[in-house]
This record gives sequence, structure tokens and C-alpha cells, in this order.
Amino acid sequence: MNTREHDVVIIGGGNAALCAALTARAAGARVIVLECAPRHFRGGNSRHTRNLRVAHSAPLDLLPGDYPEDEFLADLLRVSGTTNEALAQLVIGRSSGLPEWMRGHGVRFQTSQRGTLHLERTNAFFLGGGKALLNTYYAAAERMGVDVLYDAEVENLEVDGGRFGGAVVRSGGRAQGIRGRAVVLAAGGFESNIAWLREAWGPAADNFIIRGTPFNTGRVLRVMLDAGAQPVGDPKACHAVAVDARAPRFDGGIVTRLDAVPLGIVVNALGQRFYDEGEDFWPKRYAIWGSLVARQPGQIAYSIVDDKVKGRFMPSVFPPIEAGSMPELARSIDVPAEALGATIGAFNRAVRPGTFDHATLDDCRTEGLAPPKTHWAQRIDVPPFRAYPLRPGITFTYLGLTVDERARVIMTNGMPAENVYAAGEIMAGNILRRGYVAGVGMTIGTVFGRIAGEGAARHASR
Amino acid sequence: MPPADLLHRGEHTLTVCNSCRYCEQYCAVFPAMERRLTFSDADLVYLGNLCHNCGECLYACQYAPPHEFGIDVPRTMAELRLHSYEEDCWPRPLARAFRRQGALTSLVLAAGFSAILFAATVQLNPSALSPGRTDAEFYAVVPHGVMVAVFGAVGGFVALALGVSVWRYWRRISPRGTPGPTPRALARAVRDALTLRHLHASGPDCVSAEEARAPWRRWWHHATLGGFLLCFASTSVAAVYHAAFGWEAPHPYTSLPVLLGTAGGVGLVLGPAGQWWLRRRRDPALADPAQQGLDASLLVLLWLTSATGLLLLALRARTVMGPLLLVHLGVVLALFVTLPYGKFVHGFYRLAALVKDAAERDADGSV
Repeated sequence: MNTREHDVVIIGGGNAALCAALTARAAGARVIVLECAPRHFRGGNSRHTRNLRVAHSAPLDLLPGDYPEDEFLADLLRVSGTTNEALAQLVIGRSSGLPEWMRGHGVRFQTSQRGTLHLERTNAFFLGGGKALLNTYYAAAERMGVDVLYDAEVENLEVDGGRFGGAVVRSGGRAQGIRGRAVVLAAGGFESNIAWLREAWGPAADNFIIRGTPFNTGRVLRVMLDAGAQPVGDPKACHAVAVDARAPRFDGGIVTRLDAVPLGIVVNALGQRFYDEGEDFWPKRYAIWGSLVARQPGQIAYSIVDDKVKGRFMPSVFPPIEAGSMPELARSIDVPAEALGATIGAFNRAVRPGTFDHATLDDCRTEGLAPPKTHWAQRIDVPPFRAYPLRPGITFTYLGLTVDERARVIMTNGMPAENVYAAGEIMAGNILRRGYVAGVGMTIGTVFGRIAGEGAARHASR
Repeated sequence: MPPADLLHRGEHTLTVCNSCRYCEQYCAVFPAMERRLTFSDADLVYLGNLCHNCGECLYACQYAPPHEFGIDVPRTMAELRLHSYEEDCWPRPLARAFRRQGALTSLVLAAGFSAILFAATVQLNPSALSPGRTDAEFYAVVPHGVMVAVFGAVGGFVALALGVSVWRYWRRISPRGTPGPTPRALARAVRDALTLRHLHASGPDCVSAEEARAPWRRWWHHATLGGFLLCFASTSVAAVYHAAFGWEAPHPYTSLPVLLGTAGGVGLVLGPAGQWWLRRRRDPALADPAQQGLDASLLVLLWLTSATGLLLLALRARTVMGPLLLVHLGVVLALFVTLPYGKFVHGFYRLAALVKDAAERDADGSV
């Protein structure tokens, strides 16, 4: 087994990994990036992202108005419930400097959004999205002389009492040792490891769709936990949204999402409704529908709409299953026609008159129906009827490694590891315990990637 | 590729794009796409010609091959463009010419026309090619009336064929009842076309490979188009001189037709050569391999036209003037007859698409 010597070894190839690599290299360290994916699929889940959240006290050229740090923290706490406040403050405080640093490496941003996503004040959008961002980072890394190894799956890490010695990597069918003075772990969560998901969800996990990379197997996370690193975050929790059931098993990304739910009803394979489809605006509710569907028989459900609402939601990448009558639709989606007919009948009878307005929490609701539909309830009576099949779509997992404000991994004895740093999704659970705030993952990854890269380079130069 | 497959792939591509929209600030194609929920065949050939093949969206795409969605917008749009050239071509049977062009066919065509002119001159005007001529009298080699008759007839047909094709295309993408262009929209479309705005709308310039951006493609295109327009202006001025004032060629080196023609000729030598050079270095994933010949043919004929023209200007008082003139005219004839069935049409189709885009933006109030 031949062995290569570097100052800083970076495990992972997404946003946090590249930010760490660029920072460590700029500090003078010899850096190698070990990316598990082949070149084309490099970048982990970052390749599916689009923006990052940036606090600012005055208008920036990218972002109008202001977004005070307190408001950012409040937005985070609203979904997360709890957080490591020191780390959260650190991320939020440093977020305002990120666009400038990113531009320094050639990153391009969109000009101010037209407001369709309601994020124009808080989030800076990468021109072309996350893959374009990564292309820019990889090109910068290449210019600066960072070594990148693709198809490099880390099989094992030498970590002894919080001290990293080297990694064993399988690349091109053979194992090789990579030694380094410090390591940055930026290898993501375990959401594409179905066996691990099964530990939390049971056999239902076999019907989950993974929205992102198939390479986030959690191997590095597991090795570190076994080596005595202190875990953080709910070990069983994952961010699960409802996606189109026809999505690819992995890597379907943004286009598999479905926005039709609040405009119609959702039934399970038995033809029964199971939750209030009109509880709140879809961007605030889509993230609960993954686990709702996961609890239905066969982990499948169907969003059913009629012709009235055509064109009122973002176009879906998969065509709807369409039928001229409800029994015919039931046959097409393999749901008992009688049960579906009864559900639709009961729903239509319960709809109260109101003024439909998709842009507000309107007064169109049901009465005497369980579960109710509290907004946007209109009779489903204008053919053709359309159905979109739904499955749980897993975005990421929350379990991670505890870190301190210098991105050092904390061991179960409470002491920081000597030369092991973590950044990105593998440590995001310190800050985000539940739910999701758009763009916060990329902010955490960029801030902690830079901190980890800087710390690792400094340690290596000692 | 059979059109049905291509149209299906185009629709699939734009459906994925429309659910993603990450590329929406690269160019005009994506905002135009977002104005639609579904994509008719007419929408596809409209968007296909609106695409300037800058290439950014291929590298940015999380669904690009080998992803199972296999999204390759630049190449799909390129194939749709060719499809639209063929579909709206007049007369229709000549549409097959679009797939038969290449550097070699252009050379053969140019040589053929030159040979015919040579043979005709030897037969009808043998003294024209006798050694010892140093008078730069073009019309002593090919009489003015013959030139006007031949190029007038060919040019008239070219204008008619182009006009009918582009009109058909315009009617296809902009059926009656859809927003027509306001003067403001027309002006914006012309400006966007002349500045090649969508080759650098999103920043520094278009890509030749991942993360490799340079302005060269735009500049060589400017040299080519500018050169072409200057040569066209030179010929027009010379025609006016002849008809209105009786000033005949050869004109002095400092005359307007010669100055315009020289500047245009230089542009048309540098531009196509530069484009040829870039084409060979550009990532082949960005292009439709079926159209290499189409590109090559126009570049070769433009280059030969200007190269022989400049040579003729330099050597017009030498013995070789006669044969050189026949070669030059043969090349120009080859260029003319291929214009409506070659890459040249892209300028008109793209301008039509830009006009439609500007009209749509006007109609829905977006900028």
C-alpha cells in the first residue's frame, strides 16, 4: 500500500470540504481532497443547493433591505427549537462576510430575485445553482494546487484518543493510505444509507426516496462515533418531504418536489385522507409531509386535484395521472374506487362557500370533516381529475459530531480532538436540531468549512 | 434523429428545466421558458433559436448526463435549431442540403463554379485571359451585364428563399393572436442581436469548457458579421456609383467601395478563421455533431470569399487578375447558393426569436 503525505486531509467533496480546502491551501498547507463520488457527481448534496442565508445590517448589492442577526437567529430557533447558541451566533455573525469571500474565489451570484421564492431579502442565490458553485470552487482549488482524488471512498480512519494519523482510501479498486497532520471531516450525513435508515424507520425505509447524493453513506460519521466522538442531534431524525413517487431513487434533487398538495386532497392507498392539506402555506408545511406519507401503508399517497386549479402550482417534472372520472382515476392509481368515491363525496359535501385565494390563508374550508381542510378547500368536481403519487423524500439526517467554535470534534470525554475538525452536514446538527431554514445548511458549511480549514492548516504548521 | 424523438426530448428537457429554474439568470431562454407551463413544437423551435449556445447551463446542470434525466440544453437546442431550418426551408425539397454541407462540399462547389466561369470565358471571351493584361479591367474579363445578370438572378433567388423561410418560421413561432413586436421591442431585439448580449448576459463571457470563459467567440463573431456587412455596403455603394454616376470599377484604393471592402475583407478573413480555431478547441459536448459540416461550410466560403477578394484587390493590375477574378466570382456564387440552406440562416432565425422574446417581455411587463 503506497502512502501519500499531506498537511491537511479533507474527507468529502461538497461545499464545506471545498471551503476548508481553499482556506487551508491559502494558509500554505499541502491539501488533499478525498471525494467519494466520481468527478461528474462530485459535490455531495451541495450540487442540489441554490443559495445561502446571509445576515446583513444594510442593503448589499445582492440583498435588499436588512436581515439583522437577531432575526436570523429567531428564524433558526423557530424551526429548530433548540440550538447550540454559541455556534449559531458564530455562523450568523460570520455569514455577512461570506459573499465577499466567495466572490474572491470566482463565485457568481444572481442579481436580486423577483421575489417568487420570498427569499430575496435573506438569501444570496448562486448563479446557476450549487453545481455551478462547486465547479467554481474546484477550479479555484486546482489553480491553487489542491490535490483532488475522485472515486476515493474512505474505508477507515486512524483515530486514536482524538488524534488522527491517516485514512485508508479505496480508489480504483485498490486501497491506499493517506497520511496527514490534520483532517477535516466534511463527508455529510447518512441519508443514503438505507440500512441505517431502517434502524430508525423499519422496513418503511425501503420505500424512501433519497433526494440527494447516493454517496452520503455515513461511513465517516460511523467510524468517528465508534472512535469515541461525541454525537449530537436526534439519531433517528431526518428531514423528509413529500416528493413525486416516480422520482429516481437518488439524486432527483429539486425537480421531484410537488406543490399541488394544498390545492386538492391527499389520500393514502386505501383511498382515505389523513391530514389537513390546507393547514398552512406549502413552503411552511412541505417538510412535514414526508413523515406523514412515511406512516401510510406502503409509504405512498396521492395528491388529487381537479381541472379548476390547473396552472396554479409550479409545473411538475412528471405528468399527472389523468382521468375523466373519479372511478377511472382510482383504477389508474390502484386505489379502491368505492373508498376514493366516498372520500371525495364526503369532502365535497363538507366544503363551505368561501373566496378562494391561493396567496392568502383564505376562508375556503371544510366543516364537520375529519381531518378538516382549513384553507383552500374547493370541491373536486371539474374533470379531468389528476393525481400525483407521493413518497417520502429524504433530504438529510440530523445526527452529527459535536464540535466547538474552532470546528474541533469533541470526544465523549468532553475534550476536543487534537487534529480532527468537522464541517458541513456532518456537524450541522449542533445548530439545526429539527426542520429546515432555506439556505442555512450552506451557510453553516461555508462558515465552518473556513474555520476548519484554517484550524487544520494552523495545526499542521505547528 | 427523427423529429418526433427530438421534440419529445426537447419537451422533457424543458419540463425538467421548468421545475428547477436554477439557470434562470444565464440568458433569455429560461425566463421565456418560465412564461410557459407546457411546450408545443412551436415553443421548442422558438426557444431553440433563442439559445445562443453559450454553454453555461450544461456545466451548471445537476441533471446533465450521466444523470438519468440526461439534460443537455445546449445540444438539444442546437438540434431544435437545425430542425427548424429544415422545417421552414423554401423550397422544401432543398432542406436536405442542411445535412450535406461541409468544408469539402464548399470547396468542390466553389471550384465547380469557378471552372464553369473559366470555361465560359475561354469560349466566349478568349482574349480576356491573354497574358500581359495589367489594366485591372474586371469588366473586360466578365462583362458588367453578365455579372449583373448572374448575381442579380442568384441574389434575387437567395433573398426570396430566405424571406419565405424566415416568414414561415416567424408565423410558426408567432401565430396570429400572440403579442406582436412594438417598435421598442424591435429595437431591443436588434440591439441584443448586434451586441450578442446573450453570449455574455450573465457575466464575463460564454464558456468553451467548464469554468473556461473568454470573449473570443463573441469578438470573432463580431468580426465576421461586421466584415460581412461592410462587404455588403461596399458592393451597394459600388452599384450606386455605377448606376447613378457612371463611375465604374476598378475604383481607386482610397475610394469608398474599396475602403469598405478592404475593412470588411479583413474582418471576414480574421473572423471565420478565429471561429474555426475556437470551434476545434470548444468542448464537443456543447455542440450537435451533425452540424459540424454546416458550420464549416459557411466559415470556409466566407473566408475564401474575403481572401480571394483581398488578393484580387492586391493583384488587380497583374496578369493573374483574370483567373483570380473568375475564382473569386466562383467562390461568391458558391457562397450565395448555399446561403439559404446553410448556417447563414441562423442569424435571421435568431433575430426572429429575439423579436418574439422582446415582444413577450413587453406584453407581460417584465424587463
